[in-house]
Amino acid sequence: MTTAPAERFALRLHKVSKAFGGVQALNKVNFEVRAGEIHCLAGENGCGKSTLIKVVTGVHQPETAELIELFGEKVDRINPVQARQMGVSVIWQDLALFPHMSVAENIAFDSLVGLTPRAVRSRDMMARSKAVLESLGVQLDLAAPLQDLQIAQRQVVAIARALMNDAKLIFMDEPTASLTQSETDRLLDIVRKLSANGVAIVFVSHRLAEVLDIAERVTVVRDGNLVGVYPTAGMTQAHLGELMTGQLIETEVTARDRSDAPTVFAAENLTRHGEFTDVSFQIRAGEVLGLTGLIGAGRTELAHVMMGMRQADGGQMRLNGASYRPSNIRKAIAQGMAYVSEDRLSLGLLQKQPIADNTVISVLRKLTTATGLISERRKAEMVRHWIRELGVKIGSPDDPISTLSGGNQQKVVLAKWLATDPKLLILDSPTVGVDVGARAGIFRIVRALADQGLAILLISDEVTEVMFNADRILHMADGRLVAEYDPRTVTVPELEEHIYA
Amino acid sequence: MRNVLRGYTVELRLAVVLALICIILSFSAPQFATLSNATSLLNNSSVNLIWAVGLLVVLIAGGIDISFAVASSVVQYVAATLLLSIGGGNWLLGFLFCGTLGILLGLLNAWLIHGFRIISIVVTIATFNAFFGLLMYFSRGRNIYGLPDWWTARIFIFEYQNAQGVWSELTLAVGVMVACVVATWLLIQRSNIGRQLYAFGDNPEGARRAGVNIAVMQGVAFGWMGLMAGIAGLMQVNIVKEVVPNALYGRELEVLAAVVLGGARLGGGKGTILGCILGVMFVAITQNGLNLLGVSPFAFQMIIGAAILIAISTSNIDLSQILRRKEVRQ
Repeated sequence: MTTAPAERFALRLHKVSKAFGGVQALNKVNFEVRAGEIHCLAGENGCGKSTLIKVVTGVHQPETAELIELFGEKVDRINPVQARQMGVSVIWQDLALFPHMSVAENIAFDSLVGLTPRAVRSRDMMARSKAVLESLGVQLDLAAPLQDLQIAQRQVVAIARALMNDAKLIFMDEPTASLTQSETDRLLDIVRKLSANGVAIVFVSHRLAEVLDIAERVTVVRDGNLVGVYPTAGMTQAHLGELMTGQLIETEVTARDRSDAPTVFAAENLTRHGEFTDVSFQIRAGEVLGLTGLIGAGRTELAHVMMGMRQADGGQMRLNGASYRPSNIRKAIAQGMAYVSEDRLSLGLLQKQPIADNTVISVLRKLTTATGLISERRKAEMVRHWIRELGVKIGSPDDPISTLSGGNQQKVVLAKWLATDPKLLILDSPTVGVDVGARAGIFRIVRALADQGLAILLISDEVTEVMFNADRILHMADGRLVAEYDPRTVTVPELEEHIYA
Repeated sequence: MRNVLRGYTVELRLAVVLALICIILSFSAPQFATLSNATSLLNNSSVNLIWAVGLLVVLIAGGIDISFAVASSVVQYVAATLLLSIGGGNWLLGFLFCGTLGILLGLLNAWLIHGFRIISIVVTIATFNAFFGLLMYFSRGRNIYGLPDWWTARIFIFEYQNAQGVWSELTLAVGVMVACVVATWLLIQRSNIGRQLYAFGDNPEGARRAGVNIAVMQGVAFGWMGLMAGIAGLMQVNIVKEVVPNALYGRELEVLAAVVLGGARLGGGKGTILGCILGVMFVAITQNGLNLLGVSPFAFQMIIGAAILIAISTSNIDLSQILRRKEVRQ
C-alpha cells in the first residue's frame, strides 16, 4: 500500500487484531480511509466488517494495534463518546432512531445526552435540524413522529443526525438494504454530496453493483484477514464477489427452454383493485419464472393472492389444470403451494425457537402418531433429512434459529416449505440480507429443485438475480405485466434500462 | 394546529368523551355540575393523580410498576413510627422522611431491574408482595391513630360558601398534587433527562448506543415514582387521619388503568401529562357519576375495564391511514 505523504487521511488503522473467545475476528488488518473519500468495506457476513467498525468507534477495544489514527491524530484508546466528538459517526443498519419522538428530536438527540440537567430548547433544535436537512437538500416534516416516515426518509434522518455531530467520517452499515431503486439513487446522491463537502464515507453493502457505482476504493476482508484494497475503476462484480468469497461466482445465464413441460399454474386476467390489473401468465413444471420490477409494482401482492392471503377482485387461477381459488393460506398449502416470504426475520421464522421446530412447523400433522401426539423420532428424521439435503450448516438442531447466518436461515425456510411437498414454490426476494457466497448456494438449490420438476416463481428486484437464475423473466410495472424476456437473448444493461427507465 | 392535533390524538379523543360524560351527567344528576362536587372530585383524586404522574414516568421509560401503592403504605407506616419516636416532627420533616423513603423503595426496584436484568413487571410484582408481607408482619395489621397534629390537620387552600350555605373547599393535597404535576411536566417535557427517558423507553438499544446512561435512567424513573409514592402516602394520611396498613392495597390497578387510558404506551416512549390527568379524571368522574346516579359500585369496575379495551383497540386504528389507503385505491 503506497501512500503519498501529502494525502490526508480520515482514518488509518495498522495491524489491528481482535479475538472473541477462540475466534480471530480481525487478524492484523490494515484499513485506511482518505478524507472526503467514499470507501467501500466489502466482505461476507461474519468476515470482520462489523468488528472493524466497532473498533473504530470504540465499542470494542482491539487486542493489539500498531497504529490507530483519526484525522491525523494518533489515539491509544477510543470510547464511543470520544469517537463521536472527534467526528466519527455510525449509521447502523437498524438506524438506532426513536420511532415515537419527533424528526427534529431524532436529528438533534445527541445534544440531549448527558446527566447534567438542563432545559430542552425545542426551537433551537428545530432550527438546527432544519439547517442540516437543507444542507442535504431534503425537506421533512420536523414535528412528525419518526414512525410516520418511510424507511428511506428515516435513513436521511440518521444521516442528518450524524451531521449534527459534525461528523467527518461516517460509517453506513447496509444503508440500502430495504430501499427501492429510486430511493437508493437519491441516497447515493446525498452520499456523493457529503463526500464533495469533505465528509469521508465508509459504505458497507451486499449489493456489489451499488458498491462499484459509488465507491472510489474498496477494501475487501475475508475471515478476519485483509484481502486487499482495490480501486473500483475497472473492477467487475464477478471479480469482487470472488475476492470476497474466495470462490468463483457463477454469473452465467442458466435459462433452459421448458415450453413442452406441462403447465402447473396459470393466471388469467387476475386483478385486485389498486394493486394489480389483468395479470396473465403460466408456470410450467421444472421452470424458474423470474418476476421483477420496482418495489411497489404489485409483485408481493400478486404472491399473496396466489397463496390465498388476499382475494382477487377479478380473473381466475388454475392449478394443475383445475380451477384454483384458495380462501386462505391453509387451503393453498394443502393444494401444493409454498411461499417463502420477503421478510424472513419476522414472517418466515420463529427466531427464538429451535432449528428443528422451525423446519417441521408447517408439516406437524405428518409427524403425529396414532395418539395424535408428535413423534420425536419422526421429527428428528425429517429434520436430519432436510439439513443434509440443503446443506444447512448448523451446530445442533436444538439451537435457536437466530444463531444461524442469514443464508442458513433462508435454507431452513426453504426446508420448511419443501417439507410440505409443494407443486409450486414462490420465492419472494429470497436473498435480502444474504451474502454473496450463500446466495450462490441458495440458487444452486433452487436450480436443483427445478430439475426435479418443481415449478418456481422467483420474485426479485435485483436484475442480475433473475437474469442468471430464471428461465423466463416477467417484468411488472404499476400492477401490470408489461413485458417478457428470455435471459438468453437479453443483456443485464438492457434489462436494467427497461426496468428503471 | 394540525401538528398539535396529531401529537395529541388520544388525549383529544379522551377529552371529547369526558366532555360528553360531563354534559350527560349534568343533566341526569343535578348534584354533578356544582362547585362543591367539583372540589370534592379534585380532593378525592389528588392522591391518585400524584401516583399517576409518577407511574407515567415509569411507563415512558419502558417499565411498569405494580408496587407503588403498597410502597406508599410502607412509607406511611415507617414515617409515622419514626416521626412519633422523635416527638412528632413537622411538615418539612414529613416531606423529607416520606420523600426519601419513597425514593429508596423506588431505587430498590430500579436496582433489581437493572442489576439483575429482570423485567420490571416481575420485579415489581415481587416487591409488591414483599412490601405488603413485611408491612403486615411488622404492623400486625394494626392501625396507627395517635398521629402528630400537623399531619392530620385539615388545611384548605381555597374555601367558598354559597348562598345555600354549602361549603366548597380545596385541601392541601390538591395543592401538593398540582406541584407534583408541574414538576413531572418540567422533568419529562422540558429537561434533557426527561427526553432521554422517552428515548430509552422508545428504543433502549438506540439510546444505549447514543451514550444514554441506562442505569441512571432506570434510577430516575423508579426514583421519581418512589418520590411520588412517598408524597402520595403523606397526603393520603392527611386526608384519612390515620395509618391503615392495608388501605392502599389494590389501588395500583385503578391508577394504572387511568394512565393507560390517558394514552401512555405500555412498552415505553409515549405518554403525556395531559393524557394522564384526563385518564385520572375519566376514572374519577365515571365513579362519581355512577355514585350520583345510584348505580351499583360493581358496575364501575366493569365500565373502566370496557373503557380500557375500547380505548386501546381503537387507538390502533389510525383514521388518517385508512383514508389514505382509500385514496390510493381510487
